[in-house]
Amino acid sequence: MEMPTPNAAIISRKAQIVERLREVLPDDAVIDDVAETRAYECDGLSAYRCPPLCAVLPASTQEVSAVLKICHELDIPVVPRGSGTSLAGGAMPTADAVILGVAKLNDVLETSYEDRMIRVQTGRTNLSVTGAVETDGFFYAPDPSSQLACAIAGNIAMNSGGAHCLKYGVTTNNLLGVTMVMMDGTVVEIGGAHLDSGGLDLLGVICGSEGQLGVVTEATLRILHKPEGARPVLMGFDSSEVAGACVSDIIKAGVLPVAIEFMDRPCIEVCEAFAKAGYPMCDALLIVEVEGSEAEIDEQLEKIIAIAKTHNPVELREAKNADEAGRIWLGRKSAFGAMGQVNDYMCLDGTIPVSALPEVLRGIQDLSKKFGLDVGNVFHAGDGNMHPLILYNANKPGDLELCEEMGAEILKLCVKVGGCLTGEHGVGIEKRDLMNVQFDPVDLEAQMAVKDVFDPKWLLNPAKVFPLETSQTRRAA
Amino acid sequence: MTPRNESEVAAAIVESTGPVRVMGGGTRPIGRPVPGEALSVAGLSGISLYEPGALTLVAQAGTPVAEIEAALAKENQRLAFEPMDHRTLLGTKGTPTIGGIVAANVSGPRRIAVGACRDFLLGVRFVDGAGQIVKNGGRVMKNVTGYDLVKLMCGAYGTLGVLTEVSLKVLPRTETQASLILHDATPEQAVAAMSAAFGSPFEVTGAAHDGTETVIRIEGFTGSVAYRAGELKKLLSAFGPVDVLDDAEASAARWRAMRDVTPLTKADGDIWRISVRPSAAPGMIAGLPSGSTYMMDWGGGLIWAAVPAGTDLRTHLGDTSGHMTLIRGTADVPTFQPEAAPLAALSAGLRAKFDPNGILNKGIMG
Repeated sequence: MEMPTPNAAIISRKAQIVERLREVLPDDAVIDDVAETRAYECDGLSAYRCPPLCAVLPASTQEVSAVLKICHELDIPVVPRGSGTSLAGGAMPTADAVILGVAKLNDVLETSYEDRMIRVQTGRTNLSVTGAVETDGFFYAPDPSSQLACAIAGNIAMNSGGAHCLKYGVTTNNLLGVTMVMMDGTVVEIGGAHLDSGGLDLLGVICGSEGQLGVVTEATLRILHKPEGARPVLMGFDSSEVAGACVSDIIKAGVLPVAIEFMDRPCIEVCEAFAKAGYPMCDALLIVEVEGSEAEIDEQLEKIIAIAKTHNPVELREAKNADEAGRIWLGRKSAFGAMGQVNDYMCLDGTIPVSALPEVLRGIQDLSKKFGLDVGNVFHAGDGNMHPLILYNANKPGDLELCEEMGAEILKLCVKVGGCLTGEHGVGIEKRDLMNVQFDPVDLEAQMAVKDVFDPKWLLNPAKVFPLETSQTRRAA
Repeated sequence: MTPRNESEVAAAIVESTGPVRVMGGGTRPIGRPVPGEALSVAGLSGISLYEPGALTLVAQAGTPVAEIEAALAKENQRLAFEPMDHRTLLGTKGTPTIGGIVAANVSGPRRIAVGACRDFLLGVRFVDGAGQIVKNGGRVMKNVTGYDLVKLMCGAYGTLGVLTEVSLKVLPRTETQASLILHDATPEQAVAAMSAAFGSPFEVTGAAHDGTETVIRIEGFTGSVAYRAGELKKLLSAFGPVDVLDDAEASAARWRAMRDVTPLTKADGDIWRISVRPSAAPGMIAGLPSGSTYMMDWGGGLIWAAVPAGTDLRTHLGDTSGHMTLIRGTADVPTFQPEAAPLAALSAGLRAKFDPNGILNKGIMG
């Protein structure tokens, strides 16, 4: 993965820059020791590493503003970082960049059940937002798999999704307002505890802008009351086509499950060996979960099971109690861990129209044979958000490159059938150079024009999202 | 100008010598009067793709909303954000278009539960002010590939580009619905009741107050609706006697009226739309000038107010944390809530990028 050549002039001024930063931050909030900066050398895309020039950990919006003002004045690139769980390299630094971590910003500022909102500092983890309100029956809906660790700041930057967004939407649908610091240090307030503002939807374009437009320090989030209960049903089919048709029929029948998860045979085998959840060995497995009271769940599951039966399932297992529900989810929830035990893997998240599922799964199998790398598929089927896991050996020279090449082919296939490169992980550095597959130059120009307005010097997370040669003149300006 | 396709829209923009007034069906004359020659997208019409099993519909910007709703109804689906029809309130004629709905980010009562138009918009194609054809987003439900210009275009009133095609997420129609009705509540009591309903696990999909009655909607399968109606009736009894309207047709008619703000259609004066946190709504209603009438939607998060003509309601109410829009009226004030200086600079910067010659719906959002 190519990164821009670091600016030697900036690196040579490190001592001076650190000194300036210590003027506005406590000493221990500026990390410049070479060994300590290694803690920030990568994120969840750990195949790529580079220690930053230094890292700063401001504890307030004012401190974030002071830091950005200095970096703006001295023309130093800044890479914002939530918890560093990005799978796309969104928080990966360059040697001439300051990492701005929001980890110290983790307070709950306001909670209102009457207005169904919570205002938090953005270093707070996703799960701990729900943690702050769940004793009163409320929750924050977006649930990325990394929710124990990932920060709201990163969720906003990447517009994170999760398994339950078929019903509840992704981050952008649950974000009401932000306090954001612009690269020049200006603090802006956008939105608030109310719903849609008039005027241009700046909040909408900030969410998912991968830390390139500003650093969000506070966020107002929508919270919802928890449903009375939830229950999954597991169904096995002897082909992916049939499973895909079943998903489509469930949706067409007017049932809106809270989640529809899909696993294919390679994935089932690995998960079963790891978690021993008692999954049937079949070509495709669906986990469909619905919510409500016991009677409401029965009513929905009855309809879902009736539809499933028309597709001749090889297995149909309804959870009768919490223990059985747990076992149904066990294999799915341990899928990534199980794969990680067996092998190194790369997880993609291209999204496709549900109708193209059989074609894409066949295409992935063909690519798997062509490249000689195994692939397991586990994904959010209701919204077409694929998660092909390509297995490779990190210690075998050339294997990572081969895996990346194959990943690129899969993503091109996703775009070809009407889908997109990334449904929830973000572009980062990982998919940056594939943007031309999905967009024409004029489309990318329109997106870069937005960054020109928010960050005219292109200092915030500059080497991400756009192909390097496409953003070259702007970054060099 | 009535181009028949996207390239003709682009050509019309390139060849224009002055400002251009972008039009859908012309049923929502919101915003300042706009100079220039009219460019109607009515000629760009038709559903280009509809996959019920994928909950996705793609249509040309000038497609009549009624045509889309009819196509969806055939498959037992709908536009879940329940877009308001402004014709009754604004006394307009014409055919509402899907492009108009997107350009004005028009939603209705169900917005509180499922999201606004912008939340259901998956992709756009548009012609910018320089005549370039741009696409963003797509037709899949989860998409974080690049910046979300889809949201930016939604509610931009055509000032960043002329929408040519929109891609929407649609949802199944529900089997049935019911409404619970509380009588004679004050704004405080109404908001408290509506908040209690939303603070329950019973999946309320609408909560409005027409000035006297507070109406709370639930939708879903028959058994589920009956169950939740019973539970909510118990819960809401704390606020007074509760009637259950379990005739689905009658309930739907009630909500169409709420959606189209019919409680205010006969009111004189100016009409304001105020987006506010629900807990602040009663205070704001108390502060309306005498002679005003109002209704609340979104559990109190949206106030519609009819106030004496010419009132500058923002000044009258003083500083508020919400957002006030003049929908119909004579007051000589900005239509939209003025933005703080740094935000106004960002908005102006974006307009200058997408419409470098300043020709698209010039000043409409001023």
